[in-house]
Amino acid sequence: MNTKRKMFLKMVTASLLRRRSRMLIALLSIAVGATILSGLVTIYYDVPRQMGAQFRNYGANMILVPASGASMTTESASEALKEIPPDNLIGASPYRYVNVEMTSRQRTFIAAGTDFEQVMSTSPYFVVEGEWPRNDREILVGKETAELVGVKINSVMELSFRNEETKKRNRINFTVSGLLDTGGEEESYLFMTMKAMEDLTGITDTLDVMEMSVSAAEDELNSYAEAISAANPDISARLVKRVTKSEASVLSKLQALVLIVTLVVLALTMICVCTTMMAVVSERRREIGLRKALGASDQSIRAEFLGEGMFLGLLGGLLGTALGFAFAQFVSVNVFESSISFQPLLLPLTVVVSVVVSALSCMLPIKNAIAVDPALVLKGE
Amino acid sequence: MSLLELKDISKIYGELKALDNVSIHVDKGEWVAIMGPSGSGKSTMMNIIGCMDKPSKGQVFLDGVDISKESSRKLTEIRRDKIGLIFQQFHMVNYLTAVENIMVSQYYHSLPDEEEALEALGRVGLRDRAKHLPSQLSGGEQQRVCVARALINHPELILADEPTGNLDEANENIVLDLFRQLHREGTTLIVVTHDPEVAEAAQRTIVLEHGRVAREIINENFQE
Repeated sequence: MNTKRKMFLKMVTASLLRRRSRMLIALLSIAVGATILSGLVTIYYDVPRQMGAQFRNYGANMILVPASGASMTTESASEALKEIPPDNLIGASPYRYVNVEMTSRQRTFIAAGTDFEQVMSTSPYFVVEGEWPRNDREILVGKETAELVGVKINSVMELSFRNEETKKRNRINFTVSGLLDTGGEEESYLFMTMKAMEDLTGITDTLDVMEMSVSAAEDELNSYAEAISAANPDISARLVKRVTKSEASVLSKLQALVLIVTLVVLALTMICVCTTMMAVVSERRREIGLRKALGASDQSIRAEFLGEGMFLGLLGGLLGTALGFAFAQFVSVNVFESSISFQPLLLPLTVVVSVVVSALSCMLPIKNAIAVDPALVLKGE
Repeated sequence: MSLLELKDISKIYGELKALDNVSIHVDKGEWVAIMGPSGSGKSTMMNIIGCMDKPSKGQVFLDGVDISKESSRKLTEIRRDKIGLIFQQFHMVNYLTAVENIMVSQYYHSLPDEEEALEALGRVGLRDRAKHLPSQLSGGEQQRVCVARALINHPELILADEPTGNLDEANENIVLDLFRQLHREGTTLIVVTHDPEVAEAAQRTIVLEHGRVAREIINENFQE
């Protein structure tokens, strides 16, 4: 490094390090701005993942149904699921619905055969009083149905189904393991395992619908749906618009809010740094005058103040990146209840933005510094 | 041979004539004192000679070149290359050490050279105070650092404004001895002062009154 550059760095760093109190205020302003920038950008990019996980609590966002005139089997549905990356597929619950009769009351109810483990993933809002069915002779009864027919947990109820092909009526006793509370139409259903449904109906390997919970944005979901329908002509994949639309809408609003807050914080940082640097220039009028009297050109004065501002931006950016990650982690853990990982790209981004914001904040103070008249200052005015 | 010549210069601020048709010349290697009461135009003349201001009328020749109409950018260059300034209130960059303060002057002029800056400090007897901040130096020491800073780029003209105004007698003598030494080496000195003793140390004294040259006094007792 040549001696001129060395001296420049010495002047810039000495000015910052030996005049700590004032510069600490400017540094803190930049660090706070960089912290919020870094934190909010982390959240901005992590929000879709975090919110996506939250939205998955509202149930499936994609369903598979048999295409018109076709039927869907477990195998064809499993084949269709291959179009979705495994990491994005949170759960896929197969359903088959039939009307069954409760022998003792001679009433007909809708019974659904499903896979309860998958239901727990796709429908986290299912609240079960009692236990989920643990075997093929246990069922969940919707709260509304339970009240209607007067069954309780551990009650035994006989269900029957008449197979129109075999003309045979099957009867099976089921134990009520739990009562289902969803606040929706599911409360009028009975839920059993797919095996129990097959035992009762004698019909195997037929699905009416496959409910899926997929972690992806609306565009991605659309592309998965198109790929499934294209690869499996017997299956039609559809988005649950009620969920996907509201998810997309909330996400875009949340991201816009984060963006606006970030811009406001950056603007406030600029004002704060600019005000501090104006005060610095005002305090250093004599020094600036002396430098000009010693032969400093406007360019030199500009470079020195810009150098100080950019150095502060660099320090503030580094500090802000670390604090911002801690801030984002705190928000993530306390709001979304999950941790986030550090994005390495955030470091150069925060530092560059901090340096640019600091440099821009110095423009007005530099103009004032350049306007200092050495003759007036040196007379002590 | 003339290093500096002011030809019929005036500086007018509205109704006020700070300098009124003043003409002086200073030869190369000469030591000239400028005296006068407050408001006589000393500071205005110093600013014009120091290329920090321009006259309203008249011409300023420095080393044979008319600088009276030069741009402020050009005047900055001339000041940097040809003039060493010394001020009454010392004026140092308070967060830089003594040697760094001298290197600042080198930085604007050409290239900083710490060894040369240390030599300059040695010349004013302050090499051992090189790493001290201005706040750790006495007034006399600060002024000696300023003398070293003014010399560091080998200027053709040293322009000192009340250089001993804030010093005690002992330090005043040290600074005047330094000026004598510089004069012997051929440096041109212009010293603005209120103090007759400081003026008597010069070869010639120009007395200003009401913005005009009232008289010039040749110091018959001038000692090299």
